[in-house]
Amino acid sequence: MEDNLPVMQGAVCPIPISQHQQVVIGHGAGGVLTHDLIRNIFQKYLGNVILNQGNDAALLRMWQEIPEDQNLVVSTDAHIVSPLFFAGGDIGRLSVCGTVNDVSMLGAVPKFLTATFILEEGFSIADLEKILVSMAGAAEEAQVRIVAADTKVTEKGKSDGVFISTTGIGWVEQQRQISGQSALTGDAVIISGPLGNHGIAVAEARGNLGFRSQIRSDVAPLNDMIAVLLDAVPNVHVLRDPTRGGLATTLVEIACQSKVTIRLKEENIPVDRDVRSACDMLGLDPLYMANEGKLIVIVPSEDAELALETLRSHPYGHKAVEIGLVESSSEGQLLLKTPLGTTRHLDMLAGEMLPRIC
Amino acid sequence: MCLGIPGKVVEIYEVDGTLMSKVDFDGVVQEVCIATTPEAQLGQYVLVHAGFSLNVLTDIEASETLKILKELEAFNQSYYGEQDPQ
Amino acid sequence: MTASKVSPESIRQTKAVMDEIRRITTRPWNIMEICGGQTHSIMEYGLDQLLPEEISLIHGPGCPVCVTSLELIERALQIAVLPEVIFTSFGDMLRVPGSSSDLFGARAQGADVRVVYSPMDAVKLAQANPEKQVVFFAVGFETTVPAIAASVLHAEKLGLKNFSILPANVLVPPAMHAILQSPDNRVNAFLAAGHVCAIMGYWQYEPIAEKYRTPIVVTGFDPLDLAMGILMNVRQLEEDRVEVENAYPKYVTRLGNQTAQSMIDQVFEPVDRQWRGIGTIAQSGLGLKAPYQHFDAGVRFDIQLAQLQESPMCIAGSVLRGVAKPIDCPAFGTLCIPTNPLGAPMVSAEGACSAYYRFHKVK
Repeated sequence: MEDNLPVMQGAVCPIPISQHQQVVIGHGAGGVLTHDLIRNIFQKYLGNVILNQGNDAALLRMWQEIPEDQNLVVSTDAHIVSPLFFAGGDIGRLSVCGTVNDVSMLGAVPKFLTATFILEEGFSIADLEKILVSMAGAAEEAQVRIVAADTKVTEKGKSDGVFISTTGIGWVEQQRQISGQSALTGDAVIISGPLGNHGIAVAEARGNLGFRSQIRSDVAPLNDMIAVLLDAVPNVHVLRDPTRGGLATTLVEIACQSKVTIRLKEENIPVDRDVRSACDMLGLDPLYMANEGKLIVIVPSEDAELALETLRSHPYGHKAVEIGLVESSSEGQLLLKTPLGTTRHLDMLAGEMLPRIC
Repeated sequence: MCLGIPGKVVEIYEVDGTLMSKVDFDGVVQEVCIATTPEAQLGQYVLVHAGFSLNVLTDIEASETLKILKELEAFNQSYYGEQDPQ
Repeated sequence: MTASKVSPESIRQTKAVMDEIRRITTRPWNIMEICGGQTHSIMEYGLDQLLPEEISLIHGPGCPVCVTSLELIERALQIAVLPEVIFTSFGDMLRVPGSSSDLFGARAQGADVRVVYSPMDAVKLAQANPEKQVVFFAVGFETTVPAIAASVLHAEKLGLKNFSILPANVLVPPAMHAILQSPDNRVNAFLAAGHVCAIMGYWQYEPIAEKYRTPIVVTGFDPLDLAMGILMNVRQLEEDRVEVENAYPKYVTRLGNQTAQSMIDQVFEPVDRQWRGIGTIAQSGLGLKAPYQHFDAGVRFDIQLAQLQESPMCIAGSVLRGVAKPIDCPAFGTLCIPTNPLGAPMVSAEGACSAYYRFHKVK
């Protein structure tokens, strides 16, 4: 992208009006309006020395040398959350934290992000600015730089306000073996805090639940907490964040990948009182609700104490608790021991969770 | 048929001639129609289902089930002595 | 606060009650609940694992989602796809299979189908969208009927011309009669649904208990409530007593909620209704009384239905009546799974097949 204004060739378009309250189709055309949008909105909020180069691609070495003894890690995600704004966050914060967290789950340090924006014609520029401010804030907190971005505009009705897609790049020490396949019999299963807050906050923001609560999304970048954890407990086996599908679905995945049986203790699983209430009212199960700022940690049992202590010393992990253990090898199953001492089997979420009437 | 949960009535008002309320469920406040339990008072607990109240919570001190539980308690204590029967 | 909803005190009491059940049981007994919420609770807490072998819990047709007839589902689908209609329903109805599609599928095809948590939400939608016809799928047992009746009365007060309901409600006592009259009946005692009885009271069950010599205990939903309901039934069975007892006095009285009952009587009257997988049970459903007929979506929208076909493999009827277990079905867990249900009991979270599939895989 050149920084100079293009020369107008013939009566191709009317005089571009540069002060817009809403996104118009012209903003995606690649012409003056697009440049305005990029310079005055995107670069204003997301800008950094790499992004502001305005080239078609980013030269990462301009920012930082990639260490030779590390492996490159990349992750990508699309975000179509509706509504765009909810208590505790918005699609912007969600997209940055989501990708930062995905990269971090390998024990990698996230460094760079790219972001693409599909904007719907008619979308409010003021809302776009709010989202970008939020993204910049999240990126700042996570200490990552957004180094490449793109935007396109669809006709009204062909998208939903804004869709954001993010890709994250980081690097991880070559000897790290953190993955879903690494859980071993005897390992302790830890969760960094209470479940279901994000799922309920988003559901409530949709506005059709007929209730009001103080519940806020937990959306947060977990890379700092993970770095601190790995410093104290290098031998972590599995890290994963229980996003869509919730704790239960995520642990079933891990159990199947590692070919183990995991047994949880229901009375240890943390759920805030008001989230519990909201779930009861809606007929939803907190074990299957999405979380965007929680971490599952699976460690050898002898390291569990230290892992808990370390997590609890971090603002995002102060309610960390041990909720179960890896019991044995198997084809992969997740069991839950109820407070009555009985056991039930937990499956993956089948389709969309429907609120039940009875 | 079910999924009724108890909540505390914290506000009572009318909407277009129908008796409505705000009910607090442990920090989550919902609008609930109490035309089905017009006798409900502020501060009382109601059982709520599909946005309507089913009934008002009753004091069960003298109930049959509580009697049975007390009997069992007494039985278990004499059977197991002072220990908690786990 | 944790995912667990039960206090240590009530766990202790539940175990004490279970111990007592074990102590007094001398013969095999089958106890049926007709309430989706109770089925769910039993499965969630694994209560059947705490009972002596002699006690079998049979999960009856207590999931109104599961028993809604194929004909009504097809009617719902036909109404939902009409361009002027906003079709509203409780969430768990969305995945119940019709003969070729479900409401979720209709939504994906462009129909305006919305989940509501209360029939009052549907009335509010009608107020907010005067150019649309808002239809509410009136599914549920007696627990839900007062809410629906009150919503119809409220809509009338507002003079709304664009609100209607598709009546699909069902009643518990006629279902009990049908089960107890069936030649292959194995039920010895019933747990009566606590919230149905919060509305209706339990006086209606007295003639049933007497006619069929079957104990009935009004029971709640948490582990202690359920354990108590089972204990009181087992005591009656072992002592050869037959009564209707109340193990949920917190919310249930013998005569029930009279205000709610009179709302129901004002708006609805008993009609014959088809229970999916079981057949027609006389006077087991509710239809709108003459002064409220104009709120009937079945009348407002003229729908022609083609010949309807259930999946030949689905044994929902036998499962719902308690004469077969889900694992007896040739399609269970293979062709029929929660993500691809052949019949209603696999769809709803409380349907016997779905609950069995999700909670019983512990080897």
